[in-house]
Amino acid sequence: MNQKKILIADDDPDILEQVSLLLKGEGYQVLGAHSQEEAEEALLTAIPDLAIFDLMMENKDSGFVLCHHVKRLYPETPVIILTAVAAATGLNFSSPSPEVRSWIKADTFLNKPVRPEQLRAEVHRLLDR
Amino acid sequence: MAKEALRILVVDDEEGMRLAVERALRNFVCRVEEADAEVSFRVELSESGEDALAKIAAAPPELMLLDYKLGGITGIDVLNRILEKRLDILVVMITAYASLETAVQATKLGAYDFLAKPFTPEEMKTVVRKAVRHHILQRQARNLAEERKKIRFQFLSVLAHELKAPLAAVEGYLRILQDEKLASDPESTRRMVERSLVRLEGMSKLIFDLLDLTRIESGQKQRTLKPVDAVEVARRAIETAQPAARDKGVSISLVAEAPVVLQADPGEIEIILNNLVSNAVKYNKAGGTVEVRCRAEAGQAVLQVADSGIGIAPEDTGRLFLEFSRIKNEHTRNILGSGLGLSIVKRLAHLYGGAVQVESQPGVGSTFTVRLSTATSPAGSSGEARASDIEI
Repeated sequence: MNQKKILIADDDPDILEQVSLLLKGEGYQVLGAHSQEEAEEALLTAIPDLAIFDLMMENKDSGFVLCHHVKRLYPETPVIILTAVAAATGLNFSSPSPEVRSWIKADTFLNKPVRPEQLRAEVHRLLDR
Repeated sequence: MAKEALRILVVDDEEGMRLAVERALRNFVCRVEEADAEVSFRVELSESGEDALAKIAAAPPELMLLDYKLGGITGIDVLNRILEKRLDILVVMITAYASLETAVQATKLGAYDFLAKPFTPEEMKTVVRKAVRHHILQRQARNLAEERKKIRFQFLSVLAHELKAPLAAVEGYLRILQDEKLASDPESTRRMVERSLVRLEGMSKLIFDLLDLTRIESGQKQRTLKPVDAVEVARRAIETAQPAARDKGVSISLVAEAPVVLQADPGEIEIILNNLVSNAVKYNKAGGTVEVRCRAEAGQAVLQVADSGIGIAPEDTGRLFLEFSRIKNEHTRNILGSGLGLSIVKRLAHLYGGAVQVESQPGVGSTFTVRLSTATSPAGSSGEARASDIEI
């Protein structure tokens, strides 16, 4: 069986655990990273079919930086950015304008906390297209 | 000393007067010691109120020497236009000799000062010097207020993020538990409930720390100062930390030869020691040690908490006492903290005319040393160095 590989980076160990659990339940192979640094290391050896990044880790823009790496190394790999910053800053990433989308290069933005059915739907949409 | 040039517009219908003022100000340098500023002048001249208004509309100067009696519209008219447009210009009104009435009228309207004709260059410089000082200090106060507003906003947005994170973690577990597609076994259910409780506990600790911080910051907390034996407080802090220490196999010892008495609010000394001892346990290795030392030394109470824990890298020690700056690495990943504890310790130490220091070696351990004056009339009540003066 050709198991699809998903790289997840989140510095909150519980969120990492939850997203991993949900995706393993869907039959995917999951690579977990606790930081931007760990995710960068993982990207050197693994070619993920999908990447899910928390936005704020050791840096405020960790998710964007990782997104940039993925698109440079593996242009075909879709990226989901997870963020909890919307409420705190008044920024809304869940429906970015086409202009912002082209600049950030992520395929989808999801707000934390993630709803299982929403995450599954997005992952299936991006992997089965 | 920061050098800068201020623009000064001189409005007078007598050419001789304009040129005399320009000559006097051309090489005039004026120092504002409090703001560490050295000010020189770029002098511009206008022969009428109309011309002055045109110059102001193009680019408002910082200062103006404005003659009251002009050919066309009067100095008062010009002043009124400046005030209507809420322009930030300090106006010194030049009035005729013995016309105190005009001077009073102008300053009542909003002119900063007045200068009665005839005046010597020195008299003029004195008035200009005063206006410059006012301008610079006012600007400094405004910048400071702006800066504080920014810091406050930053603090609040980080706080919102820190409060949201545990809620998201707990909600995430609940949604998984609720999810019908994930039939979870009893063991993982137990784990998810356990983690949720841990995160909620972390959140209530954050709220308690925040309340401590607010009380210290506002300086409004009712402080009861009385002789406090720091050794007694240390003993209680050790008892409080004992359950967590036992779980980790960490042993805590107390080193004190005699009581260490200081004039203090017992609650505040307790907050200091509780924070340090609980950190020493949290960031320790399994089977590690914590040593709490109290001693009196030249009018100071010296409280020391040494651990055999994970230590802090030299590049991280600078950020250690800032709000919400938690050191993130593979050792601290699963340790929960509000990110406020050490900043609270630092503020409290300041209240007692003291300070907190850290010495640390990664992988070996850290020693935190707090020095508190034993005899201060602590600032919260005297107002000398109020907690609210300490920058957040």
